[in-house]
Amino acid sequence: MRLLTTTAAAIVALAGAAQAEGKLSVYHWFEYIPQELVDKFTAETGIEVTIDTYDSNEAMLASLKAGKMGQYDVAVPGDYMVQIMAGEGLLDTFAPAEIANFGNIAPQWLDVPFDPGRQSSIPYQWGSTSFSVNRDVYPGDIGSLAIIFDPPAELSGKINVLDSQGEVLALGSIYLGIPQCSQDRAQLKALNDMLLAAKTHWASFGSDTAKDVLVSGDAAAGMIYNGFSSKARAEGANVEYAYPKEGFVVWMDNVVLLKDAPNRDNAIKFMNFLLDPQNAAAVTNYAAYTAGVTGVEPFLDEAIRTSPENNPPADAPAGSFIAVCDEETQKLYDAIWTNLKK
Amino acid sequence: MAGGAASGGTQGREYRAVALPLLLPAWLVIGIFMVLPVLLMGVYSFLTKEFRGGVIWDFTLAAYDQFFVYRGLFGDEPPTLEWTYITIFWRSIWQAGLATALCLAVGFPTAWFIATRPVRTRTMWLFLITVPYWVNLLIRTVSLKFLIRDNGPLNEGLMALGLIDGPLPLVNTNLAVQLGLFYSYLPFMVLPIYAAVERYDFALSEAAADLYAGRWTTLREIVLPAVRPGIVAGAILVFVPSLGAFLAPDLLGGAKTYMIGSLIDEQFRGSQGNWPFGAAAAMILMTLVLIALILYARAQGRGRPA
Repeated sequence: MRLLTTTAAAIVALAGAAQAEGKLSVYHWFEYIPQELVDKFTAETGIEVTIDTYDSNEAMLASLKAGKMGQYDVAVPGDYMVQIMAGEGLLDTFAPAEIANFGNIAPQWLDVPFDPGRQSSIPYQWGSTSFSVNRDVYPGDIGSLAIIFDPPAELSGKINVLDSQGEVLALGSIYLGIPQCSQDRAQLKALNDMLLAAKTHWASFGSDTAKDVLVSGDAAAGMIYNGFSSKARAEGANVEYAYPKEGFVVWMDNVVLLKDAPNRDNAIKFMNFLLDPQNAAAVTNYAAYTAGVTGVEPFLDEAIRTSPENNPPADAPAGSFIAVCDEETQKLYDAIWTNLKK
Repeated sequence: MAGGAASGGTQGREYRAVALPLLLPAWLVIGIFMVLPVLLMGVYSFLTKEFRGGVIWDFTLAAYDQFFVYRGLFGDEPPTLEWTYITIFWRSIWQAGLATALCLAVGFPTAWFIATRPVRTRTMWLFLITVPYWVNLLIRTVSLKFLIRDNGPLNEGLMALGLIDGPLPLVNTNLAVQLGLFYSYLPFMVLPIYAAVERYDFALSEAAADLYAGRWTTLREIVLPAVRPGIVAGAILVFVPSLGAFLAPDLLGGAKTYMIGSLIDEQFRGSQGNWPFGAAAAMILMTLVLIALILYARAQGRGRPA
C-alpha cells in the first residue's frame, strides 16, 4: 500500500512537473547520449525529454523533409548536413545571448564554415580522419599524407583506404594542396592522376573494416577515423595515428535548433545544458570523441584525456571539414571516384 | 460419351472455383513482391536525379545516357561509347561465370556421390551439405577471410610445415573472390543436380555399356542429357546471385574495383547517390539476364524432340 501511494505521488509529481515545465523532443543519433545525462537534465529542469533516433544524416534529413518538421525541437546533424539543412530552410536561429554557456564553445569551433558565427548550431562532439601506421612495420616519419598517397616501399601494397568518396577525395585534395570543390581542369586532372597512381600501392578499400585490417595485420597502414584508431590500439595493435603536416579531415556533430520547434525555450535550455563542461565531458566519456567545449578536461576519464588520437600535437595544422560542393562541381568529383574504382 | 464431356466441363468449373482462391496468395506475392518493385524501379530509372539522394518527377533518359555515353570528364568532348560501366558489368559476368563453372565442376561429382549412396545415408549427406548454411552469409565470408589472410591459419600452417617461405597472397585477390562465391553458392548447384541424378535410371547406363559405349560416351550421351535440367537449374541458381554479389568482392577482394552489386548499392547510399542511375543499372542488368534466359529457353525448346 505504501509502495502504491509513493508511486502515485511520484506520478502526480512527474505529471505536475511535465505540465509546469513542458517537454523536449530530440532527434538524435542512436547510442550517442548517455541516459544518465538525459535524466540529469530532467532532474535539473523538470523538462520531460523524448528521443527518437536515426542512423545517418541522410535518413534524418529525409525524415524531416517528409513531414516531421514541427515535431522535433533539436537534431544532431554532422557538419556538412548543418549547411544543407540551413540551405533547405529547416533551421531556426538564436542569439548568442540566449544561451548563457555560449562562451564555453572552444574558440576554434565558434566560426565554422558550415554555420558562420554559430547562428543555429552548437558543437556536440568532433573527431578527425587521417591515417594510422603499424609502427612494427614502418618506424619512419609518418608526418605526411604521402604515407597513403606515395608510400615508402615498406608500406606499398599493405594500405587500406576508406571506401568513402568524401574522405578519400578530401584527403587527396589536402595532400595536393588544392581546394576541395575545384572546377579547375588542371587541378582535377592532377587529383585524378595522383589517385590512380596511389591506388597501385593500395591493398583494399574498406570503412567498416578499417580497424580490423590494422589489428589483424592485413594492412600495415590505413586511412582511419581517430576514434577507430584508438580502439585498434586498445585491441593491441602497435598503431600510431598521424596528424599529417598537409592537414587532415575533421568532422563535427552539432546540436541544431529546428525551425517550428514546438518547445523552443526548452531546446535553448537543453543546448545550454550541453555546453556545460561537465555535461559535455559526460558525452565524451560515453562516445569517446572530443567535445568542442572548453574546460572539459577535469571531468574526462583518464584514458580519453590522455589519448594521443583525441589530442592533436601542438604543432598540428588545422583540420578541414569536407566541403559541400554545388551540383555541377560534385558531378566532376563523382566521375573521379567512379574512375578510381571502375 | 456426352455425359463424360459434361462431367468434364463441370469438373473444369469446379476446378476454377477452387483454383482461383488457391492461386490468389501466389498472385499477391508475385504482384506485390516482384511486379510492383520492378515497375517502380523501371519508372525511377526514367526520373531526374535529385542532388543528394531522391528523385524529381521529371521524365528523362539521363540515367541511361550516363550509362552508355561518354563526353569526357567535363562533359564537353564529342560523345563516344562509355566503357566504364560496360567494364564493370563484364567483370561481374566473368566472375559469376567462373564461379558457376567451378561450382559445376565440384557440385556435379558431389551430387553424383550423394545420389549413389544407399538411401538411408543420403539424407545424412544432404544434411551435411546444408549445415554451413545455418550460419549467416556475412559471418561465413568474414570467417573465410580469417582463414586465408596473411597471418591466418592456412598461411601460418603452410609456413610451419616449411612448404612456403612467405604467406601466399590470397586475401584481396580475384582468387579469394572466386573462393568466396564458390563457397557461398555451392549447395545451390549440388541440390538441383542431386534431385536430377536421383531420378536417373541407372539401367540406362548399363544398357549403354551393353551397347559398347565407353564411360565418357555414356556420361556425355546418356547421363548429361538426362540430368541436364538439374544442371541448368543449378547454373542459374549460382550465376544469378553471383552476378549481384558484393559481400565476397568487398570483403575478400578488397573492394578495389566495382562489381555490379557494389556499383548499384552505392547509388542508393549516402548523399552522393544517384537513384535513377542505380535503377537504370539494375534494369539493364535484369534485361541482360532475361535475354540470356529467354535465348536459353528457346534453344532448349528447339533441341527437344517434338
